[in-house]
Amino acid sequence: MSGRRMAWLAGAAALIVLLAAVPLLADAYRLSLAISLMSYTVLATAWALFSGPTRYVSLATVAFFGIGAYVVAVLGEGNPWPLVLLAAFAIGTVVALVVGLATLRLSGVYFVIFTFGLAELVRQLVTWYEVNRTRTLGRYVFLDIGPSQIYWQLLALAVLVFAVGILIRGSRLGLALNVIGEDETVARHVGINTTLAKIAVFTLSAVFMTLAGAIMAPRWTYIDPAIAFNPVISFQVLIMALLGGVHRLYGPVLGVIPMTLLFEYLLARFPNHFSILVGIAFLLVVYAIPRGVAGLAERALGRPA
Amino acid sequence: MSAAALLEISGLTRQFGGLLAVDHVGFEVKAGEIVGLLGPNGSGKTTVLNLISGALRADAGRVRLRGSEIHALPAFRIARLGIARTFQLVRVLGSMTCRDNVLAGLAFGPRGAWGAGALARVDALLARVGLGGRGSEPATQLTYIDQKRLELARALASKPSLLLLDEWLAGLNPAELQGAIELVRSLRDEGAGILLVEHVMDAIRSLCDRCVVMNAGRVIAQGTPAAVLADAEVVRAYLGDEDA
Repeated sequence: MSGRRMAWLAGAAALIVLLAAVPLLADAYRLSLAISLMSYTVLATAWALFSGPTRYVSLATVAFFGIGAYVVAVLGEGNPWPLVLLAAFAIGTVVALVVGLATLRLSGVYFVIFTFGLAELVRQLVTWYEVNRTRTLGRYVFLDIGPSQIYWQLLALAVLVFAVGILIRGSRLGLALNVIGEDETVARHVGINTTLAKIAVFTLSAVFMTLAGAIMAPRWTYIDPAIAFNPVISFQVLIMALLGGVHRLYGPVLGVIPMTLLFEYLLARFPNHFSILVGIAFLLVVYAIPRGVAGLAERALGRPA
Repeated sequence: MSAAALLEISGLTRQFGGLLAVDHVGFEVKAGEIVGLLGPNGSGKTTVLNLISGALRADAGRVRLRGSEIHALPAFRIARLGIARTFQLVRVLGSMTCRDNVLAGLAFGPRGAWGAGALARVDALLARVGLGGRGSEPATQLTYIDQKRLELARALASKPSLLLLDEWLAGLNPAELQGAIELVRSLRDEGAGILLVEHVMDAIRSLCDRCVVMNAGRVIAQGTPAAVLADAEVVRAYLGDEDA
């Protein structure tokens, strides 16, 4: 192992230890902010895992996030927690595979619309089921899982997302995704099984989103379809990833930090105008920094982006 | 058909709406042979290439590579069997480096390669097409001609047994054309079969072992370049009745 790589690994380990210490040092408010940051880090990085290189812009983030939350709401009580997470993992995988098979033949704006519609469809299905079968719209999640444990689980998930991202980027699959994003016809003609590559990584990305939703569920104590499948989450994740820059693995995090803080501030100060302000933030990001913060930083350092 | 044929096409047909773009086309390409696919604009040449490479599905007919049928396979499987191509309108992977462009041709092909050995081969391929030492440049910054070279390097990366070139020589100046002709000839001498769609007559005369001429979706002549270019029906297809 080269010295550079050792230093890199040591740095990453130190960062993880530092982040793991946050619940021991922070007060309740700061910890809740840290949980927000960590959950958006997982979501935005997982989003960019697939949508970054392939340029298939997905608005289905909240579909998977909400499925994870609902798995916990339904199965959480009375079952061991690892088993509940495993169930979320399995259900997320199956849904992602089905959705992937159905949608990844679409391209461009059709894919965007379909994924948005999918999230709404799942929300309506859950609403229909709750109203007609359980006769109550909402569910309570009373689990003995505190904020510190939620934070640590999210941190572990974030480390996993990054590890998977690094593995993919260094692999043939990573190159395949880039080629698909550039030109899918060329991708097929150099021998890439484009459908398989897209479905594999779409599913991987969706599983991380599902697990993030599952881990976050105990925080809410009460969930209903409008909360768990709130489409604003999909848009927020998209803005964060674009702001940070999706052509680098660490890019989305650079967008998560300022955006989470901004959203937190806007929600506290202008709760009634929140959506409008989020929309304006979206426009500014897309117009002003199309390659994201990571792209800006690289240009400033004189490296080709 | 002879056993030595690398590619055998028979009865190939493809319709777009009411237009019969390719109408019962049949010919063959042997290993180590350069076959020119000629014809006026709109005669169906590029569609034939698309049907062979799997970009389009044929309505009827057969395509065989070394005796086994490939016309029902998806494009990526056909590529892995050893057919590589370039496109009429150059298709490089713009924001990727030249090295990654060629690596894409190498990594997923019939002899998929990865790692340090693959990168050494990429650099050798770039040097072969005249782009030596430019591996880290983004493809979008190359001139049109250099993008064509890059596309060829990507196609060659998989060591294809059959190479489809769609007007790859178009737009080259005389000096570049000479180099490009040498390059294509050297590929044939290594044993590849080459099917090229081309309008540059000098190149056709000096390169092609045989020519297939199409007009309005049909094959109207086959033979040596000199013979087909003298054929009355070919002249009529290109120039109209009065000159024939």
